[in-house]
Amino acid sequence: MVDVPYEATVDVPPAEVADVELYHPKSWWTQYVFSQDAKVIAIQYSLTATAIGLVALVLSWLMRLQLGFPGTFSFIDANQYLQFITMHGMIMVIYLLTALFLGGFGNYLIPLMVGARDMVFPYVNMLSYWVYLLAVIVLASAFFVPGGPTGAGWTLYPPQAILSGTPGQDWGIILMLSSLILFIIGFTMGGLNYVVTVLQARTRGMTLMRLPLTVWGIFTATVMALLAFPALFVASVMMLFDRVLGTSFFMPALVEMGQQMKYGGGSPILFQHLFWFFGHPEVYIVALPAFGIVSDLISTHARKNIFGYRMMVWAIVAIGALSFIVWAHHMYVSGMHPHFGFFFATTTLIIAIPTAIKVYNWVLTLWRGDIHLTVPMLFALGFIITFVNGGLTGLFLGNVVVDVPLSDTMFVVAHFHMVMGVAPIMVVLGAIYHWYPKVTGRMLNEALGKLHFWVTFLGAYLIFFPMHYLGLLGVPRRYHDIGEAAFLTPSVHTLNAFMSVVALIVGLAQILFLFNLVWSLFKGKASGGNPWRATTLEWQTPETPPGHGNWGKELPVVYRWAYDYSVPGAPEDFIPQNQPPARRTAQGAAT
Amino acid sequence: MAETALTDHGEPAARAAGWRGIAADWSSDQRAFKNVSWGKAMMWIFLLSDTFIFSCFLLSYMTARMSTTVPWPNPSEVFALNIGGTHIPLILIAIMTFILISSSGTMAMAVNFGYRRDRVKTATLMLVTAAFGATFVGMQAFEWTKLIMEGVRPWENPWGAAQFGSSFFMITGFHGTHVTIGVIFLIAIARKVWRGDFDVERRGFFTSRKGHYEIVEITGLYWHFVDLVWVFIFAFFYLW
Repeated sequence: MVDVPYEATVDVPPAEVADVELYHPKSWWTQYVFSQDAKVIAIQYSLTATAIGLVALVLSWLMRLQLGFPGTFSFIDANQYLQFITMHGMIMVIYLLTALFLGGFGNYLIPLMVGARDMVFPYVNMLSYWVYLLAVIVLASAFFVPGGPTGAGWTLYPPQAILSGTPGQDWGIILMLSSLILFIIGFTMGGLNYVVTVLQARTRGMTLMRLPLTVWGIFTATVMALLAFPALFVASVMMLFDRVLGTSFFMPALVEMGQQMKYGGGSPILFQHLFWFFGHPEVYIVALPAFGIVSDLISTHARKNIFGYRMMVWAIVAIGALSFIVWAHHMYVSGMHPHFGFFFATTTLIIAIPTAIKVYNWVLTLWRGDIHLTVPMLFALGFIITFVNGGLTGLFLGNVVVDVPLSDTMFVVAHFHMVMGVAPIMVVLGAIYHWYPKVTGRMLNEALGKLHFWVTFLGAYLIFFPMHYLGLLGVPRRYHDIGEAAFLTPSVHTLNAFMSVVALIVGLAQILFLFNLVWSLFKGKASGGNPWRATTLEWQTPETPPGHGNWGKELPVVYRWAYDYSVPGAPEDFIPQNQPPARRTAQGAAT
Repeated sequence: MAETALTDHGEPAARAAGWRGIAADWSSDQRAFKNVSWGKAMMWIFLLSDTFIFSCFLLSYMTARMSTTVPWPNPSEVFALNIGGTHIPLILIAIMTFILISSSGTMAMAVNFGYRRDRVKTATLMLVTAAFGATFVGMQAFEWTKLIMEGVRPWENPWGAAQFGSSFFMITGFHGTHVTIGVIFLIAIARKVWRGDFDVERRGFFTSRKGHYEIVEITGLYWHFVDLVWVFIFAFFYLW
């Protein structure tokens, strides 16, 4: 059953958007370095995000070494431990996941999937990448300044973030805030491009309700980012002033080392509101592209149309909208009015409805599908499992009375790593296995891929599942060394050591994956244009990898939705979006 | 040019009014906003994002002002001037507001003449707008200097809550930056209009795209937005 009426538009609608004049690169520099081609920009974004992500991976190893074997590694002191958690969190959430999903996948897939030649303003798009690169360099430079990077935790809560007890008070915090401001400026330039491209530059026949869910996810996440990042921008500017100029936006009157500080009258809670007004949508800025991509992976590799396409779209939009009115569920222990807690707990639990719709629809898409256990499909299945797991612990933390005792324990760490760490990373990895053939023309090695999947999936579970148990026992987060206490059973220490060993192995599996990326670039088997026999437009390009301008002479025309898999009566088990419908037979069994 | 709305010279699109029309546009082919160019759509979405930035600034300032335990300086007194022996409250701000709102008028006229392809009048009116904007920024510089001479700093002031100075410098500074960028933007576009770039479809230096008189309107959108933001700052910071 196809719920998009494509038969009605057999006649091709007139072009409303004239063909774009592209910028034609004149030299090697403008073709590969200062390139205005969204595909090159996407690869630049992805490589930069991966590079800084590797730094975060190494930091997580160091943290795990310290937690698993406290006292063994003399080169990790308490200050450094705090710096590691801060940089690991900030890099993973913003500089890796946000940049990779929106800057990387968004740039590559949006123009191809909507049938455009490029983003609407390629020059602005190019600037977006270079400002992002600058933000990454400023962030990474914090490792080399006196005092090192900030150790305030990724939430950067004042007043501690800018007081002298926190490592990185000299330069680290200033560089962190400056880097965030730069990131937001760079992201805005890219984000405006993604949104306008989806809204105004689709090819003929590509209505919004025929877009692949990948585009819906990235589009909604980008709109959210354009509305949520302003709050972080303002918070960063104000905290930078507090630190550099000595204003007191967030700083109450304080005594430090017996000295009355010059601050007074500011509100630390104001920062928390601003931060989480950004921070909660940020969770979904990372999750929605993952939702979209995983829908396409499941549909393609199960050879079945996505179940409830319209509901999937509306669920994405509803989650995006709702995520702006739940932010204070991160602040139940901040001392705000209990009535707020009641309101925000209610809105938080309402989000479970559209999210559950999506999970059911993924499972129903798999139901009686022709499931191919390819590497992208394995990662998609891994995503569903880790996401459901993380979502269920979200029900614990969304309720005020349950959250209060669990607050600031390892349970929280386990929850958000499951739901917005492991789950989106699963999708990122699956998506790379899925689209690598389009980007390079070669398949990734499947044996290495399966090894990578099983080590990553089982390993991530072995790390984060026991962590819930530690949290329930009351093991606090952000402690350099939990030491000995009556409530800490011996199994806590055993588990910590076990998790650390597994973390090292999972990290090594990612190095194996990077090796696979490089090796397959030269030695992988040629993929052809459409190795997965997928319907969406990016697989129908005349060249693989797609050339400058994507489509050769003629833009494609779209006749159907993105999910015509296993249509009864069709000669193949997939019908590309740009294949015109055949003449209708008597009883409407047209393809 | 790519952004041209081709249906402009096609058959007039018969569209339903009200919500049905909106739904029809959004579910239609190729473009969600019919006959809206890429540049204009992008500016509108940028302004929406920028609205959130200014809202966050203003809400933070209001939080600080409402929760302070020390008295908030009285803006009417702080921003009063002695002119010819008379003490007039808020007079400088009133003049600044008048100038900025007048500049919106000249901007609107520039847009009108732009679509009539009147090069000289468009460029002149844009330069007048830019001059009004520069005057506004100049007066703001005077205001800042005056307050700094009186001892107002981002971290303290002689009359009460320290957040008065912090919010003042931050919000007016951020708005003034917007006006300054607008002035530069206006001068750059006025130069292109004057030179006739949009008549001969000269290609942009960086983008190699052909320009359009519509850029005057897009500049205008930004300018009116900066103006509108000032109205809110005026109401919430100076009149409260």
